[in-house]
Amino acid sequence: MTPAEKSPPLDFDTFLSGVWRENPVLVMLLGMCPTLAVTNSAINAFAMGAATTFVLVGSGALVSLLRRLVPGTVRIATYIVIIASFVTVVDYLIQAVSLALYAALGAFIQLIVVNCIILGRAEAYASKRPLGHAIVNAAGVGTGFTLGLLLLGSVREILGAGTLFGLPLFGEQFQPWVVMLLPPGGFFVLGMWLLVFSWLRERRGRPHAEARHIHGH
Amino acid sequence: MATESLATIALNALLVNNFVFSLFLGLCPFLGVSGRLNTSWPMGLATMLVMFVSSVCAFAINWLLTVVQLEFLRLICYIAVIASAVQLVEMSMKKFSPTLFRALGIYLPLITTNCAILGVALFQTAKEYDFVQSMVYSLAAGAGFTLALVLMAGLRERLELASVPKVAQGAALTLMLAGTLSLAFMGFAGLGGAE
Repeated sequence: MTPAEKSPPLDFDTFLSGVWRENPVLVMLLGMCPTLAVTNSAINAFAMGAATTFVLVGSGALVSLLRRLVPGTVRIATYIVIIASFVTVVDYLIQAVSLALYAALGAFIQLIVVNCIILGRAEAYASKRPLGHAIVNAAGVGTGFTLGLLLLGSVREILGAGTLFGLPLFGEQFQPWVVMLLPPGGFFVLGMWLLVFSWLRERRGRPHAEARHIHGH
Repeated sequence: MATESLATIALNALLVNNFVFSLFLGLCPFLGVSGRLNTSWPMGLATMLVMFVSSVCAFAINWLLTVVQLEFLRLICYIAVIASAVQLVEMSMKKFSPTLFRALGIYLPLITTNCAILGVALFQTAKEYDFVQSMVYSLAAGAGFTLALVLMAGLRERLELASVPKVAQGAALTLMLAGTLSLAFMGFAGLGGAE
């Protein structure tokens, strides 16, 4: 690593910004397709999050290592090929580990290629930063994405099937709310979470605004 | 080889398994460009064109890769083909309709990362459609995407005049609308062959 390259020190915030402040699912609204499509159970959501995190970290590391060698004009194409290679690895890996999971996630594993979070991170972060930063930041964004998916997946599984990670939560008489497992449920639950978070932000923002107002006078 | 009739395939891709409302594909442009009616349908048509071109190319590539037994390169090849098809549409649109080209802006090159397009290519491979079936499938899927985009744009234009609570403005409201539309599209499930 050359000393000429100036970047902020590698601290916990590099990791945390992806988890909370720039959470890809709840704040940036990126990567919506896998977010809604596979979150009909918590375990699927977790598997998808883990697979995406692997691709994020791998492609981030490689893009960061190659950042001086890739000419600017063909960079997007290069990134896409790098990402597609990692996705192919994940695709075969999941097939080898669990066929049931592979069947449940279906084409959405291969569709990780077009997840805009990954290309966005490669272009906006990994291509300009040293290896360590790129890996830590990618891990943070991946964790944030997994958390977002889990939030969605667990709510949909609890309401739609009365279970969490396959374990029954309610008694026999629980009437599952099937629509939550179907496509509309995905839209509704994500919309609800966004409402909750914007309400929280509003509430937290209000005392600040009032304090500033008082100081102003 | 799939044995579904062409009409079933078309109906399936257009309504029953609509790409946006029941397969969750192509949501980024769906949420991004559905703000205005007059940019939503050209965007839909451009996507449809790219889908068609890349579906035809993907069919040829899949055949070639199967012959030389390099199926693990499928994903990389598909992506490369889609990127080129988008470039093609971009160039022709720039030549024939510069105003439209400017109106669509950044969303035009972003068609490359529209998962609906890769989705069409991957699904037609997975379902083993023949050439004609693939063409019908891609056209119907594109039409379904356009339909979703136009419906949504119409609703959102109406909502601009409505007074919405501040917390619900923006993405949350759009998602709720999409959920309601998706609920309506579930009604088509009785029409034809499910998955």
